[in-house]
Amino acid sequence: MEFYRSAVGKKWVMGVTGIALLGFVLAHMIGNLKVYLGDGQLDSYAHFLRELLYPLLPKTVTLWLMRTGLVIAFLLHIHAAASLTLLNRRANTAYRGPRDLAVASYASRTMRWSGVIVAVFLLWHLADLTWGVTPMAPEGWTAGAVEANLAASLSRGGVAVLYIVANLLLGVHIYHGAWSLFQSLGLAHPSYNRWRRRFAQAFSAVIVIGNVSIPIAVWTGWVG
Amino acid sequence: MSTVRLDAKTPPGPLAEAWDNHRFSLKLVNPANKRHFKIIVIGTGLAGASAAATLAELGYQVDVFTFHDTPRRAHSIAAQGGINAAKNYRNDGDSVDRLFYDTIKGGDFRSREANVYRLAQLSLNIIDQATAQGVPFAREYGGLLDNRSFGGAQVARTFYSRGQTGQQLLLGAYQAMARQVGLGTVRLRVRTELMDVVLKEGRAVGVVVRDLLTGEIASHSAHAVVLCTGGYSNVYYLSTNAMTCNTTAIWRAHRRGAAFANPCFTQIHPTCIPAAEDFQSKLTLMSESLRNDGRVWVPASPDDDRPPRQIPEDDRDYYLERVYPAFGNLVPRDVASRAAKRMVDAGHGVGSRKNGVYLDFQDAIARLGRQAVTARYDNLMEMYNRITDEDPYQVPMRIYPAPHYTMGGLWVDYNLMTTIPGLYALGEANFSDHGANRLGASALMQGLADGYFVLPYTIGDYVAGFLNESPVPTSDPAFARAEAQLQERISGLLSMKGGRTVDDFHRQLGRVVWDECGMSRNEEGLDRAVAHLPDLYEEFRRDARVPGDGESLNQTLEKAARLEDFFELAMAMCVDARHREESCGGHFREEHQTPQGEAVRNDERFTTVSAWFWTGDPTRPSLQEEPLAFENVELTTRSYK
Amino acid sequence: MNITLRAWRQAGPSDEGGFETYQVSDLSSDMSFLEMLDVLNERLTLEGLEPIAFDSDCREGICGACGVMINGRAHGPQAATATCQLHMRSFQDGDTITVEPWRAAAFEVIRDLVVDRSAFDRIVEAGGFITVATGSAPEANLTPVPKETAETAFDAAACIGCGACVAACPNSAAQLFTAAKASHLNLLPQGGAERYVRTERMVDTMERFFGSCTNHGECEAACPKQISIDFIAMMNRDYVKAKVNSRGNA
Repeated sequence: MEFYRSAVGKKWVMGVTGIALLGFVLAHMIGNLKVYLGDGQLDSYAHFLRELLYPLLPKTVTLWLMRTGLVIAFLLHIHAAASLTLLNRRANTAYRGPRDLAVASYASRTMRWSGVIVAVFLLWHLADLTWGVTPMAPEGWTAGAVEANLAASLSRGGVAVLYIVANLLLGVHIYHGAWSLFQSLGLAHPSYNRWRRRFAQAFSAVIVIGNVSIPIAVWTGWVG
Repeated sequence: MSTVRLDAKTPPGPLAEAWDNHRFSLKLVNPANKRHFKIIVIGTGLAGASAAATLAELGYQVDVFTFHDTPRRAHSIAAQGGINAAKNYRNDGDSVDRLFYDTIKGGDFRSREANVYRLAQLSLNIIDQATAQGVPFAREYGGLLDNRSFGGAQVARTFYSRGQTGQQLLLGAYQAMARQVGLGTVRLRVRTELMDVVLKEGRAVGVVVRDLLTGEIASHSAHAVVLCTGGYSNVYYLSTNAMTCNTTAIWRAHRRGAAFANPCFTQIHPTCIPAAEDFQSKLTLMSESLRNDGRVWVPASPDDDRPPRQIPEDDRDYYLERVYPAFGNLVPRDVASRAAKRMVDAGHGVGSRKNGVYLDFQDAIARLGRQAVTARYDNLMEMYNRITDEDPYQVPMRIYPAPHYTMGGLWVDYNLMTTIPGLYALGEANFSDHGANRLGASALMQGLADGYFVLPYTIGDYVAGFLNESPVPTSDPAFARAEAQLQERISGLLSMKGGRTVDDFHRQLGRVVWDECGMSRNEEGLDRAVAHLPDLYEEFRRDARVPGDGESLNQTLEKAARLEDFFELAMAMCVDARHREESCGGHFREEHQTPQGEAVRNDERFTTVSAWFWTGDPTRPSLQEEPLAFENVELTTRSYK
Repeated sequence: MNITLRAWRQAGPSDEGGFETYQVSDLSSDMSFLEMLDVLNERLTLEGLEPIAFDSDCREGICGACGVMINGRAHGPQAATATCQLHMRSFQDGDTITVEPWRAAAFEVIRDLVVDRSAFDRIVEAGGFITVATGSAPEANLTPVPKETAETAFDAAACIGCGACVAACPNSAAQLFTAAKASHLNLLPQGGAERYVRTERMVDTMERFFGSCTNHGECEAACPKQISIDFIAMMNRDYVKAKVNSRGNA
């Protein structure tokens, strides 16, 4: 706890929770690609998740354990980010003249905005496809009919655009985060530093391409 | 004051045992009592920071003052080359005796044998101490310390950290002191300038300081006061010193009765970048090591205005190689400097202002290849290029000598105490170890030897006499008087609302001192300067302009106060140079030279230290001479032909 | 050359402050930036105005006293260059140049372009040293240090404490300064014994004054000594280890 009180500790926690969330985002994206297989494969995948480790554990227990872990990771990530932002606001005094940043990327400068927007989108996304709350969820939303719900939701033009924009922002957020976490966790060395940047580029590209392809595919009628 | 007898307190007996015997004879203060003693240290360069750290480690209460915003800015930080130590890691025949001899000879036989011998002995401990503090000295592939050679020595005994040895050694000392600040044993006050030393019953009992941010004047008392405030090359205005280096602390101590020794012993470094134009604020030194591969020349004809690369070999004068065939471009600093001045004075100067000589790497590049030259000197080439916008790989560098170091300073005895009991001077602020000329890589050695290893022992001998006595309270009338005098002085400076800037007067003072008491001096010029300087000073008081008030940061006021002291010091320098009828080291009197222009010492008359006492008239100080005895080395004439 | 200078003027810490515009003419491109300010200051003095206060000392780029924001860049447009080593040839005739003091909550403006950087000293006092009392040091060559280690330690030790890293950081973080000092000492065997307690104390002190690192990399770009942000990662790792290793003595 004392460790977490320090800013360096909070950054370390953001790095560790960042890795967990990156893992989730990657797995989620790969799972979603089953939509291209059609034939109820996505529904089966959702069903499989609910029965993960069954009969070792009762049904949905593993899923709920994973969800709990994710929620904790999200909350810690957000709490650390929020308190660091407050700290930085206190530490900083604005320049009155022009400011000419030399190397800070668009991604690094907009982390807190891309983060907030992605978090809000996440709630929308849960209401839409997990909880089935209107007006986020499409008409005729049915529990368990993942593929149909998805197709119904994304065939709404505005929603598809929302998903695309949100996933681009997620990519921007990941682009800085996947590079930055090495720094926060103290994993930097001249011998592999150039790979850190490439890793971040590749990772964010994979996530964005995978995730954005789905609304486009649904919208263009290629899927669903 | 003229009744003070100079007692150098040089220990008797063989040199090699002198320091050990002396230490044994000094009174000790037991650890429980040390905390009852308070010591004020002024300045946080190598000498000040190392002394403050060590005194606090021993248990003394230490108050440290610096006019910088942090101790780490002190000008020791700018030393490039390295630090000498007689470790003999190279197995090349070095020893304490050899370092001692080289330093005595380098100083042209005008320093004290016992002090220099102690310095050579302590050089060993400095390297150990600095290494343990984490100073990142250059190392061999085996992990052991590397050495390089330096001017004036035939052995490689110089330890270095790239071209930033001073920075790294200062950080080591600063960090040792910072540790004590954290522990509460050193109280540090930054942006606070010493303005006066306070005496009671003839001994130093405290200081008056001025807070540079608020203008507040305050007194601090202690059992002893230690001045570590550096040298006074900025009397020349243009020098390699930092902008704020000044003589105020030692000059104010001098005015209170401390003898000033050999003020005319100043060192002019031969390889600096010449002044570009009148706005030039300081001169930048280029490491002496460049002369290992660069060849110095000027056009043979003074009227030759062709660009350097268009001047054929036959029309060039490689004057160092011509005049000093044995040493060529590697003659010592003072010889190289004077030769350059002779050439420029005779109209052979190069550059648009005809104020430099060429240092040419064309032959070195042809002989060694550009890559080898780059490996040796690239950081210097780059620095030169950045400042002048000229590429030294394509056109020769232009260089000219510049004031760099002052061997003169407050007279101190073997214990580093000035003629005022309880007032000490360390490092460049004292006169003790370098005689008339300092060897390269010896300044850092002296500052640290004084601060780490000499003063912490010797000060105990003095303060032990005051056991159970508190420092004189600052409510004492002596402090009130000094504060009132300072207040009056500041008001006087602030009332100066004339038509010229303080910098303008400093430039003018610098030109006079440079022309008459610079690289070479003569009777006529020195008399002229002594006659003219009081008038110039009066003009400054009448016609300078000091804007602003004394209640907030006022950098012009700071400069004006320091310049006043430079004016008086300049007079003392000229008086001293006029008095010393010989040429030795950095002091070259044109009347005393061989037909070939080499320095001629007068050992019969001037194997002495000139210690000057304040009389109230800066052009008429009173003199006492300390005879120098050479029992271990033989006085010889230096020849580099 | 002629330039228009917009300089920040502020009489004292509690003064509001604002930009003043000055025409500075007949400059030489061989002048350093600070010499340009000197010239302007002499003129202001003779006009009966107060000169612009700024810190500078060695003017060789090593003491770290100087440093201002020039057109939004710490130490100006030239990389790896302290303000005193910046020359007017880096600008064009007719340029407007805006000069502002370092800004951070911990760097209070004292006057005009002068700020208080003493928080850096507090960080060093907390642990930026190796505990070795004078006289207690062993023979220097007793502990070999691999050349590469010594060189890397030097890369970190080259820090001049100018504050450009904090000034350039959008969060006013002092990670690069603190990491440079900690890494210099942590890398060397001589500093090994105090490695973790040093890192812990320095970081904790740093956070009393400064913001947190979000890995923009602006500090590295502004650093006149080009100190690498790899040292920040090294410090972060040491800090975690320090917290893991500490046995309840927190």
